[in-house]
Amino acid sequence: MPENVKKERSMILQKEMIGNLFKELGNVKQTGKKVVYTFVPGNLSELIRSFDMLPVYPEINALQSGMRKKSDAYIREAEKWGHSEDVCTYVKCDIGMMLKGNIGPTGEKVPDPDLLLLSYTGCFTFLKWFENLEKLYPGVPVALIHTPYQENGEITAEMTEYMVKQLKNDVIPKMEQVSGQKFDPEKLKTILQHSADIEDLIVKIFDTTKNVPSPIDAYFAGVYYIGPINIGFRGTPEATEYYKELYSEILERVRLGLGPVTPEGEMEEERYRLVVEGPPNWTSFREFWKLFYDMGAVIVASSYTRVGGVYKNGFRHDPDRLLESLSEYCMGCYTNMNLPQRVEMLAKEIKDYKADGFLVNSIKSCNSFSAGQLLIMRTLEDRMGIPVGFIESDLVDPRYFSYSNIKNRLESFFQMLEQRKLINV
Amino acid sequence: MKRFYLGVDLGSTTSKAIIINEKDEIVGRGITNTRANYRVAVEIAKLEAIFNARFYLLKKQLEDEIKQHPEFKKYIDDIESLFQYLQFKRRSDIFHAALLETANQSFNDGLKDKIIQHIENIFTKINPMLKLEFVDGNLANSNQFFRDIISEKYNEEIAKLDKELFEPMMLVYDKSITPVENEMVDFNFKDLLTNSVELLKEKYKDRSNKHTGEISGHFDAELNILTGNYENVSDSLKKHIDFIADFEFNIANMVGTGYGRALLPFPADSIKSEILCHAFGAHAIFPFTRTVLDIGGQDTKAIQVDSYGLVTSFNMNDRCAAGCGRYLGYIADEFSISLNELGPEALEATKEVTICSTCTVFAGAEVRELLNVGEERSNILAGLHKSIVMRAMSLIARSGGVKNEFTFTGGVARNQAVIKYVSQMVNDNYGKDIKINIHADSIFMGALGGAMFARRASLKKN
Repeated sequence: MPENVKKERSMILQKEMIGNLFKELGNVKQTGKKVVYTFVPGNLSELIRSFDMLPVYPEINALQSGMRKKSDAYIREAEKWGHSEDVCTYVKCDIGMMLKGNIGPTGEKVPDPDLLLLSYTGCFTFLKWFENLEKLYPGVPVALIHTPYQENGEITAEMTEYMVKQLKNDVIPKMEQVSGQKFDPEKLKTILQHSADIEDLIVKIFDTTKNVPSPIDAYFAGVYYIGPINIGFRGTPEATEYYKELYSEILERVRLGLGPVTPEGEMEEERYRLVVEGPPNWTSFREFWKLFYDMGAVIVASSYTRVGGVYKNGFRHDPDRLLESLSEYCMGCYTNMNLPQRVEMLAKEIKDYKADGFLVNSIKSCNSFSAGQLLIMRTLEDRMGIPVGFIESDLVDPRYFSYSNIKNRLESFFQMLEQRKLINV
Repeated sequence: MKRFYLGVDLGSTTSKAIIINEKDEIVGRGITNTRANYRVAVEIAKLEAIFNARFYLLKKQLEDEIKQHPEFKKYIDDIESLFQYLQFKRRSDIFHAALLETANQSFNDGLKDKIIQHIENIFTKINPMLKLEFVDGNLANSNQFFRDIISEKYNEEIAKLDKELFEPMMLVYDKSITPVENEMVDFNFKDLLTNSVELLKEKYKDRSNKHTGEISGHFDAELNILTGNYENVSDSLKKHIDFIADFEFNIANMVGTGYGRALLPFPADSIKSEILCHAFGAHAIFPFTRTVLDIGGQDTKAIQVDSYGLVTSFNMNDRCAAGCGRYLGYIADEFSISLNELGPEALEATKEVTICSTCTVFAGAEVRELLNVGEERSNILAGLHKSIVMRAMSLIARSGGVKNEFTFTGGVARNQAVIKYVSQMVNDNYGKDIKINIHADSIFMGALGGAMFARRASLKKN
């Protein structure tokens, strides 16, 4: 977590959770627990947990390396290995980290995988990433689910059936084989119940931005809030406790009429409310956040915090439809939604959270986010008459974060919002 | 007391200042290419704009008289040219001294003496030439900066020297020019004006003497209206000239914009984004504008505005400056021609060579290769101009396209070849009926928008 922040109990709980996970990962030789490498979008955390295995998320490692200013060296290492400048920097950062000994954020070595699980294939880069991991860890079994894209903006019964079949015929047998445990539907049922509870809480938490001033920043702080569910704690009692605690802290802020907590301190005056599309930049995360803080801009909703699951539309993991709901979860992830669905979701957020502006942070590295962003922006501008802005940066390659360019564009964007506010008064 | 408003646009290549009156009319313009020190740049541009505004007021005051007496206009124009000459001369003298100082510090005795001698020879030769071009020619109105004018003459002279002298002469030039450009010279309007009047007296005294003998050599209707009539005109205008020299300029408020804006000693609410200022300025001149394309030194902006001139969205080039003014500067260097010559030569092309490079630096290599295979320079230049505009068109599309009147601004909007391709491509892509606006003051649009914001902010405060 950033410094200078008054540590709330939820922050301490989150730190403990993450610390324990990496400790457990460090002890797998002693405990014999098996390790699954997988990705955040469409992650099958609950299924992994039901086999008592531990998840490792290479994307999370990459973004943490970015925040710890280590990604630069890792990316250079991967480029030495032959990866081009244009390859996704999460991939290069992750591969560079592995090549340099795979030391995780807590300083402990991240164990090698026992299973490579690819449960979302909407991002082509993920496939290529896993091909590389397969070479780096020869002999490790790979489970790959082909996730149908929501081309027509819906999940049909056939699509779900197709997914369930893959889970039954490929993923579960491989998990049984790797873990040495039989698939236990009852155990999964309990886990999914926790997931559904957590998902309810997450929706409530992100809905508090309806308040003016918003008690939270749904992008910069939002990425911390989704941390536990994105690193494998969905479905656990610890995460349920964390989200309950977080929600009650936020409600207290609402009661007191307080704005968001930021690394620079509490935001005193909320001047602009924004909806942001696209992942943040991690290498200059704090500077990036501060640019918004300095302008009094609060992010009231962001698509990125939905990357590990879209729950606002009503989806919940369902203990009564085990494999079906896992399948629907995979297919429902944000980047698997078609563009009209994304526009619809963002339009609703702009309206529900009374946003003054819509901003896109286009990421050089990320095709699955960047494709269609201009179209999304133009459609929202035309449909809602909302001022829009477009900036460009990267996930974890510091060479592509140009502070002065971004500052310059953001200043223009905020002044544009200011002008429009004056006109609308 | 009349109130005036100042807008300053500190760009990546030039700094501009505009002064407007209470009706948003432009009364003064100032521009400098000083950029190493924005504080100096703003002072230079501001001072120039105030001087320019005094002349504007003079002409405005005499509007009716000028209509009846064309010789008044000629007189004032002449004074203005000489006024500029005197400022140029002051800086040229400083430059001359700086060259000598650099030579003294940089070389040992034998070479030093030779270099100093050459510097003296050059200035002995070019000083009267420059004076003549300012006094009798059109140099004052050529939109050229001190560096452009002096380097052209200096380079012409040193090109005649042997190779062993050429290099050190270039070295003293390179070391001296920037500090001189960045030096704030303290000019006094009234002194300059008095001296201009004196100089003008000389000019016409001289002219009167020649007039009888060499009529055919001075067949210039404009010139002749003053010749022989000079004393009368000078007497009639004296009180007006004295008035503007003493006129107290009340700058009621100012707004700064452009890349250097954060360095301006202005309060925070007097600093505006250049996107807003360019759009506001362009919209003020052409109120039906809905899309503004601004190509400046290092960035290209495509801006959409509403009926109030307020920005609704914008898009700028990121990570790469190919397609901006500097690209043209680089190409001009590659061809060893001046920036002003690029456009006219490109217009002479018989075809446009396709330039693939999207990178300024690679374009240099591509140009050399094309020259090697025998392509005409003008055709290559046409291709380069076209490639810049194609990049700008992509930004326009990303910002939302062109739906109504379109205005092209920025320093690059002075280049005729760019104008040609912008007009062609906007009409091809968005329809023949799209009206395209380009204003002679296009480079000043950001500063104009700034001045207009300053006036509005001031009205709000009061």
